[in-house]
Amino acid sequence: MKAESMTREKQRWSDQRVEQIIGNLLRAGVIIAAAICLAGGVLYLVSYGHQPVNYHAFRSEPSDLRSVPGIFADAFALHSRGLMQLGLLLLILTPVVRVAFSIFAFALEHDRMYVVITSIVLGLLIFSLMGG
Amino acid sequence: MHVIHFTTLVWMGSFVAGFLGSLTGLGGGVVIVPLLTLGFGVDIRYAVGASLVSVIATSSGAAAAYVKEGYSNIRIGMFLEIATSIGALFGAFLATIVSTQAIGVVFGAVLLYSAYQSVRTMRESPCGEGDPRDPIATRLKMHGTYPTAQGLKTYCVQAVPTGFGLMFGAGTLSGLLGIGSGAVKVIAMDQAMRIPFKVSTTTSNFMIGVTAAASAGVYLSRGYIDPGLAMPVMLGVLAGSMLGARYLMVARTRVLRAIFAAVIAALAIEMIYNSLAMGRP
Repeated sequence: MKAESMTREKQRWSDQRVEQIIGNLLRAGVIIAAAICLAGGVLYLVSYGHQPVNYHAFRSEPSDLRSVPGIFADAFALHSRGLMQLGLLLLILTPVVRVAFSIFAFALEHDRMYVVITSIVLGLLIFSLMGG
Repeated sequence: MHVIHFTTLVWMGSFVAGFLGSLTGLGGGVVIVPLLTLGFGVDIRYAVGASLVSVIATSSGAAAAYVKEGYSNIRIGMFLEIATSIGALFGAFLATIVSTQAIGVVFGAVLLYSAYQSVRTMRESPCGEGDPRDPIATRLKMHGTYPTAQGLKTYCVQAVPTGFGLMFGAGTLSGLLGIGSGAVKVIAMDQAMRIPFKVSTTTSNFMIGVTAAASAGVYLSRGYIDPGLAMPVMLGVLAGSMLGARYLMVARTRVLRAIFAAVIAALAIEMIYNSLAMGRP
């Protein structure tokens, strides 16, 4: 029983160290995403600031802002809406990256069951990003 | 209204929502959708898309701070995340076929429940040393320890299937309404699985971001995330919640919680009324 609680203790601390590194990476990701969004936002306000807004009626976004390659193409062309959407996409990717890192961390601990569980979660996230 | 006015006002509203949300622990996401639909006349699907992105921002941004406290249990979170992710995909799918009025009514009901949940005093009854342990939880290595004033304390986990089922519901609501649905996650983890408060709140923060990402992907590819709207919402909520976390220690949260809960309840009633009477949330 004592040995069991000691291994659990060890498991908890290594979990926590990995989590701390992941936590800092996530914060960096959020800051980068927010900065890209802000840059796109400034550009957007400069170019479209005096146009009227209309969010009353729903119309789907144009197809280039709906897919990962389209967003990258628009952002690299320095289109303001594309840049903002790239920031938002990076933000959506932060939890995905986190889950991917966790697979790696569980693999280091030789915890096969949790490698499988975490891979299922990653699969669901990727499925969602491909459009559900 | 012109883009520049709209963007500035939405940013300010989101900032206040993020600030109060993090100060009271209720999350900024719950008031973003009513703010946008009732205050700015935004279509609820755009509002939900923008809210989801801001939920991810606060969850990922706060992860490092939560880990430092040493309470979160990544195994419990990851296992339950299977249920919430499937629920979130289902909820995002529902959002594309259900009428906006129906979404408005469900949203109002969940808001009312969150307001009630935030003011009632919860009794904590964590599963301890002597309690029977759920064999599934033992197999999944979910039992753990957490730091207390008296040193590390052991806790155990119960009713994994019930918790898993409730988490599917939490995920569905999150995908349909664009909120973190912390209120449902709390019932699942505190009440059903009998996990200590501090462990469940920090674990829930991790789960909220992953759940929101599962439905945000669908929203993005269906064209429900508009950058011009989501940009000021996300930046406002993020800045507000960062400031809120800094004032957490000095604020008198009990009074604030009560006020914020009253605001949420009022918004809930207005959303339900608008959806039923005018056919527009």
